[in-house]
Formats: sequence, structure tokens, C-alpha cells
Amino acid sequence: MALLDIEHLTVEFGAASAPFRAVDGVDLQIDAGEVVGIVGESGSGKSVLSLAVLGLVDFPGRVAARTLAFDGQDLLRLSARARRRLTGKDMAMVFQDPMTSLNPCYTVGFQIEETLRVHEGGSRATRRQRALDLLAQVGIPDPASRLRAFPHQLSGGMSQRVLIALAIACNPRLLIADEPTTALDVTIQAQILGLLRDLQRQRGMALILITHDLALAAENCQRVVVMYAGQVVESGPIAAVFAAPRHPYTRALLSALPESGTGQRRLATLAGVVPGQYDRPSGCLLHPRCLFVSERCRLQPPGLRPVGPQRQARCHTPLDAAGRPTDD
Amino acid sequence: MLLFLLRRLGLLVPTFLGVTAIAFALIHLIPGDPLELLAGERGIDPERHARMLHELGFDQPLWRQYLDYIGAVVQGNLGTSLITRQPVLDEFMTLFPATLELSLAAMLFAVLLGLPAGILAAVKRGTVLDHTVIGISLTGYSMPIFWWALLLILLFSVQLGWTPVSGRIAVEFYIEPVTGLLLIDTLLAGDYEAFRSAVRHLILPAIVLGTIPLAVIARMTRSALLEVIREDYIRVARAKGLSPLRVIGVHALRNALIPVVTVIGLQVGTLLAGAILTETLFAWPGIGKWLIDSINRRDYPAVQGGILLVASVVMLVNLLVDLLYGLINPRIRHAH
Repeated sequence: MALLDIEHLTVEFGAASAPFRAVDGVDLQIDAGEVVGIVGESGSGKSVLSLAVLGLVDFPGRVAARTLAFDGQDLLRLSARARRRLTGKDMAMVFQDPMTSLNPCYTVGFQIEETLRVHEGGSRATRRQRALDLLAQVGIPDPASRLRAFPHQLSGGMSQRVLIALAIACNPRLLIADEPTTALDVTIQAQILGLLRDLQRQRGMALILITHDLALAAENCQRVVVMYAGQVVESGPIAAVFAAPRHPYTRALLSALPESGTGQRRLATLAGVVPGQYDRPSGCLLHPRCLFVSERCRLQPPGLRPVGPQRQARCHTPLDAAGRPTDD
Repeated sequence: MLLFLLRRLGLLVPTFLGVTAIAFALIHLIPGDPLELLAGERGIDPERHARMLHELGFDQPLWRQYLDYIGAVVQGNLGTSLITRQPVLDEFMTLFPATLELSLAAMLFAVLLGLPAGILAAVKRGTVLDHTVIGISLTGYSMPIFWWALLLILLFSVQLGWTPVSGRIAVEFYIEPVTGLLLIDTLLAGDYEAFRSAVRHLILPAIVLGTIPLAVIARMTRSALLEVIREDYIRVARAKGLSPLRVIGVHALRNALIPVVTVIGLQVGTLLAGAILTETLFAWPGIGKWLIDSINRRDYPAVQGGILLVASVVMLVNLLVDLLYGLINPRIRHAH
């Protein structure tokens, strides 16, 4: 049984009569100890998906799913209190902007110990010791003095390490990292990702790495899920997806990597943006931007279907190994 | 920290000069002088008038009078009242506890009601509760104090007879002043009957005086909290699995309090200004009523001294607020 089992998860905002679907019928299974990348442009619903898993989608957002289960527990049927017992303990999250993610009014020690106190209790002295150990584990030099530091005294990379320490404080089985390095310098990015991978291996926790950077996913994940406009458009083992993308969108993302543009004069891009509430197209959601669009794409929304071993793509004419559309 | 304090205290000097100059200029702009008003209908012999003006130093040019006054103030001498012949400072200190008691009660009323109302409105934003709080606070803010006071007196004192119309305490009680705050003095004297009477006298003026601060605090709390709730660290706090009460009470409120404390500090000025009106309406024997009486009698030293002392209180409170910031916000504490 998968650790996290999501079937047809939908998150809607706005009026019930004309809702905006930020997440649109997503299926996702994460096994214990697995590292999965979720990739997509801004606005593709990656962050909302993870917020829905943690139960942090605010009113007026509406979360619905056929299945939303963690370790066999149906999350949608749990009371708010029972769900909070999981959030922050068994599943935790690291967010995008470390400089604004720590409360400026409290010390680092207070914010880490608070999580421990809420979920595990214990004496003040043991909590303090645990917080010290955690700071040491995430590679913070001189943890004893950092414990007394306020967030404004820390650099971005240091803050992100603190936030990671905070997230792993109660030994979560699932860690969701939502663009954990976007706000950081490149050298710090590598350090933070290395840290996340080390912690994941040491503790055997499942890791969902949300990113808009395919290369980053390729280096760190076993499996990748590509999202577009709230839908999963392609998923599969990272090497296979990277070698031969089946969905035109994945292909476009790959060719937009600066590395793939070597030798060319201009970097390949995908014109246009992810559709919002008022410009959602009919048929395939990608069709206005797709290079291989056909009449059928405009009329009929494609379903997600198998396109190889452990691979799925949401396309009427999935691409073949040479990158040409196939007719089924 | 010490440097910060010294710098803040240094800034008080020009403020003092400004306040005294304005007070001095304004009171002398009002036609008439204290002697004419003392003499009243009987009139006064012009020669005697001129002699008395000379004795009091009022025949000197204004700038000269001002410099003399400043010189005396610097030496701690605020002069004596022309009417009562009492030192201005003594008069002020006798009456100030009444105003202090009223202002504290009003502020307590405003904070105890305004903070929770603002928090509730922010947490339940967009609901009927939220709109009710905004609506009531807008009404409270726009209401003329004198009219609001009259309405309350008409209802609670005249119609229902629950509270007295005016004064600080019923005439049959005499309480030896210790702190000057009647609520405390009556308790110290162990006279619970007098305490109840003092409370009953205090309620209406405190509500009237506290209405505007209440409205301002509620609105400020609401908007500050709404802003803070959107911050990333609030989402992180929720992702830790904290209860909504803890997220709001521990993580959001502390940050939202920074602007609210500023507003509370600024309201102290409004409170003292409002006290003048409220004290007059409820015949509350405090600074406000004393200032109005002194202005009417052209009691120059009393008015100037009173304004100077009230201004000092306001500046002192603002200084306290500045120091409070450091307690709430570590970024400010570390910046100094």
C-alpha cells in the first residue's frame, strides 16, 4: 500500500457556479522512502496540491477527492484535530521563501521546540537538546548560539536549514519540499538539495520535491510527475521521461532547459502562459500552446493513459522516441 | 539602548519649546485679561488696572513675558494661579488623578473590547460578525462625543436611573486621598459602599471617552491581523500542526500588535483632548474641566502650565510606547 494515496483530487476556488480548478482530478501514489518530483510552470497547481495534502487549503477553497489517504487513514474523514496531529509530525513541508517563513518575533529555538512540544511533549530540557541535535543535523555551525538567534540574524540559506530542521523535527514519513531552493543562491541551492537527499536517505522518508526545474528533478528524483493547469500530463521513471518525453508539454519543458539549447542561437521556449480562470480552453488544456495541435485536441479533452512501462501521458497523440506525434 | 533613550529625551526639548510658545501665543490672542474678568460688572479704575497689570508683569512686551515664563519653567516654577493663588503645579497634581483614573478606565474599556473585537473580525473576515464590527466602529468613530454622552445620560441616568448624572462619587462619602484614584482609595479605606458609588460614577464617562479609541483599536487590530495572517510564517505555523488558536494567539497577534500599540499610544493624546469635553459634560473634577475654567477666567499661568503638563504626559506616553516596541519586536531591540 502506498504511503500517500491520492485519487482524483480536486481543489476549487471561487463561486460554486463558476469555480476555478487549481487542482483538477490528480492521481498520485507515493511509496514510503520514495523520492518523487512534481514539475510544472507557475500556476500549474503544484503548491496547491501539496497544501491540500497537508490540509492547509483555506476557506473558500474546496478540496474533494475520491481517495486522499495517508498510511491508510482517510484524511478527508479525520477531524480537524486528528488531522493536525499528522500535519507537522508524520507529514511535513518546507516552503519556498526561507526569509519570510520564520516568525520574526520568536527565536529559532522557540520555533523548533514549539513543534516538538505540540507533537511529542517531553520536558523542556529534552526539547532543547533535541532542537540542538536537529540544528547540528542540518549542518548549522555553533547550534547552541543559533538557538537563541532571531530570524533576522540569519542568512537565507541558514533560515532554510532551520526550516528543514523544523520540518524533520518529529521524524516525518513524508516531507514535501515546495521549491526549497528557488529563493537561494546557486551554491546554497546545491547544499540545501544535498542536505535534503542525505536526510531522506538516512531517515528513509518519502520526499516530494516540487520544482519548476526539470534538471533539478532529474538529479534528485526516482520518478517525476509533470503538471499543467492543475492536471497531471505525464508521469514515469525520471530517466525514461527525460530520455523520451511522451507529452508535448514535457518535451517543451525539456527543450527550454538552457543545457538543451547548446549550439543554438535562441533558447527554445513555449509561447503563452498557463490558462487561468477565465481563459481555460476547451478540449486539451495545452492545445493553444501545443506544437502538434490537431482538430481533435481542440474539441476533446484527452485522458491520462499508459504509454509505456510505469508511464502515463495525457495526450491524444503521444510523442514517440524521436519526438514525433503518433496516431493511435 | 541608553543612547537611544538619551536621544529621545533630547528630542523632547524642542517639543517643549514649541508647545509652550503655542500655548503662550494662543492664550494671549484671546481678548480680555484676567483683571477685567475678575472685576466683572463693577468695572475697574483704569489707573488701578494699569498698576495691577504692571505688578503682574502683563504690561511687558509678549516676547519678554514669554522669556520670563520659560526662565521660570526651567527652574521648575510654573507660576501661581491668578484666581486661586495656588501654585499651578499643585492644582494640577490635585486634579490629575481624576483625569488619570478616567483615562485609564476609558483605555481599559477600549483595549479590552477593541482588541478581541478586531481579532474576531479578522478571523471571521467577510462574515456578518466582521461587517458588524466594522460598522459599529465606524459609527463610534464618527459620533460626536457630546451627543453620544447626552444620549447615554438620557438613557442610563435619566430613563433607567442606573448611573448618576455627574461627579466622581456620591456626596455622602469622604475618602482621604492616598493615590488620588478613587477606585483604589476607597478599597484602601475598606469602604465598599463608596467603591460601588465610585464605579457607578465612572462607568458612563469612561464609555464615552473610550468610544473613539475603542473604534480605532478595533479597526487597527483587524487590519493588522489580516495583513499578518497572509504572511509565510503563518502558513509555516499551520504546517507545524498548531491549533488555530495558537496560530492566531501566539504567531499572528504578536506581530499584529506592533501597529496596534502605536495607535494605542497615539490615542492617549486623543484621550486627554477628549477628556476636556467628557469632564465638562459629566462635571468630572479633572484637568479638562480645570483647563476650560482657567481659559474662561483668562488665568494665564494655569492655562499655560496645564497645557505644558498635559503635553508632557502625552510625550512621556509616546516615549513609553517607543520602548514597548523593543519588547514586542526583536528587530527593533537589536537595531539599537
